Amino acid sequence: MPVPAIETKELVREYRTKRSPQNPSGAPVVALDGVTLDVPQGELFGLLGPNGAGKTTLIKVLVTLLLPTRGAAKVLGLDVVGQAQQIRERISMVSGGEHSGYGILTVREQLWMFSQFYGLPSKPALARIDELLQVVGLFEERHRRTSALSTGMRQRMNLVRGLLPDPEVLFLDEPTVGLDVTAARDIRAYIKEWIRMKPGRTILLTTHYMREAEELCDRVSIIHKGRIIASDAPATLKRRASGGTYFLLTTETLDGISLAGLPGVQRADTRALDGRMELRLELAEDGAIAGVVKVLADSNRRIFSLQKVEPTLEEVFVQLVGQRLEEADERKAGP
Amino acid sequence: MSDATPARGLLRTLRAILGRSYPRIIGANRDKSWLFYDTVLPLLGTIAFVYVYKALGAPERFVGYVIMGGATVAFWMNVMWSMAAQFYWDKQGGNLELYMVVPCGIPAILLGMSFGGFVGTVIRAIAIVAIGSLLFNVNYSVSQWPVFLLVFGIAIVALYGLGVTFASLFLMWGREAWHMANLFMEPVFFLSGFYFPVRALGFWAGMGASLIPLTLALDAMRQLLFPGTHPPFLPLGTELGILAGLALMFIVLARFLLKKMEYLARREGRLSLRF
Repeated sequence: MPVPAIETKELVREYRTKRSPQNPSGAPVVALDGVTLDVPQGELFGLLGPNGAGKTTLIKVLVTLLLPTRGAAKVLGLDVVGQAQQIRERISMVSGGEHSGYGILTVREQLWMFSQFYGLPSKPALARIDELLQVVGLFEERHRRTSALSTGMRQRMNLVRGLLPDPEVLFLDEPTVGLDVTAARDIRAYIKEWIRMKPGRTILLTTHYMREAEELCDRVSIIHKGRIIASDAPATLKRRASGGTYFLLTTETLDGISLAGLPGVQRADTRALDGRMELRLELAEDGAIAGVVKVLADSNRRIFSLQKVEPTLEEVFVQLVGQRLEEADERKAGP
Repeated sequence: MSDATPARGLLRTLRAILGRSYPRIIGANRDKSWLFYDTVLPLLGTIAFVYVYKALGAPERFVGYVIMGGATVAFWMNVMWSMAAQFYWDKQGGNLELYMVVPCGIPAILLGMSFGGFVGTVIRAIAIVAIGSLLFNVNYSVSQWPVFLLVFGIAIVALYGLGVTFASLFLMWGREAWHMANLFMEPVFFLSGFYFPVRALGFWAGMGASLIPLTLALDAMRQLLFPGTHPPFLPLGTELGILAGLALMFIVLARFLLKKMEYLARREGRLSLRF
């Protein structure tokens, strides 16, 4: 059985702080508070949480930039404390909003420079750079100085840098932050393609975009105040949310027609809406909606709309954390 | 992609050195402003000292001393600002954290920085010596080129070893170390005898100043450039021996400090601005 790509046990990371009006006791700030994770090889794993939740700290521990205060963390079975060099041979990292490299270099030169840090021979490295630049749509800009790149172009270049050494585990820290819709979509598309191209590749992606996590990730952990509060496939997490999937149906007034007792209907809530009736139906299984429609049709009630509504990760997050992700971000930023 | 064998590891180190030196070398070629800032401006400072010596009626060799000192200042500036302090800028720009997680390791990056910086600085130093010597008609009579090159080579190794030592401190203390580098500039200009024979400081002060590799290097090179007329601080062989010792000491110290500071920086979270 292959070793997990990422494994943490009761991982704690604290930062020492100075006394300040905000922190009069000078007590250490706990960025990670007993994080336990297990990410098998070949998975695209998402870490979802507001700013300051501990996502970046966790990545920095795993890529060997930070030592854990307590607990253990392994990447590909290698300990982040004692086997940092071996880990560095097999991973890569890309952060959103990164301004790495030197503006005086062109895109191609910059990527070549980084390829040398991985010991790639120049000729194949340049061929691979050109190939990846084509894939991310930056080939035409290869001779442009990096100082003249837009944010989206720069982020695509950074992604190419991360992919150059063909890492076994790729850490992506908010890779689409600050990008326009098109650039973000392109980057997401390539991330999905890259992990499917070769079995066994693993990605740990941090994001605070719910849709990004839903779209990309095989599994997601929600992290809040340094603790993992839920971990599962996005679909499973959504099913677990109270309320689950429901149908929203608009029809004429019911006038005594009861739907609650119909087979498969677990709950039926009604509310008047501009002379019509809106029904919120929770069903044991989707097929039960046919019985509801039949009863309405037999009673000569017109159906104006019928919609299946599934919970979003946002709703899961609200249920778990007690506030929307944006609110958590704002609270963290503070006045 | 694991580079397990020592040969592949060495090849990767060499590639990393070349890779990191590239922006330094190509940068000097692309941005020509250095011709003014790094050659003309230091030359103006050097010329000022030349006129001081001329006004005092000092022997002609003093003009040569000053020009040599001016050229050597370029190396010191390169080591302090483009090498030791570079990690400060690299941390601000996000490069430092990437350098830490690439498999070639920080020493290869630093060697690349040194090599790239050295190539550029040699060109600057040659430009300062050539322009200064032409302007003031200075004659050098190097009798032992191999020894001269040996002194220069060992001094450069010691100097860049000192640079790596400082760089490791910057890894940990960033901005504070940046201020410290600033603090070092003028005292080093004075103590290393950039513009006068270090013997003028007296034996003990001169010995203390010899911790800066440029002090003995300059004196030794002056002995070779102006044989018979330069008042040596120590015999040439002794200076060469001490320089070799300094080179070794700074290499060992740099290696130890880099490891230590990397560990401390990982523990304290000093390698990155964002967590």
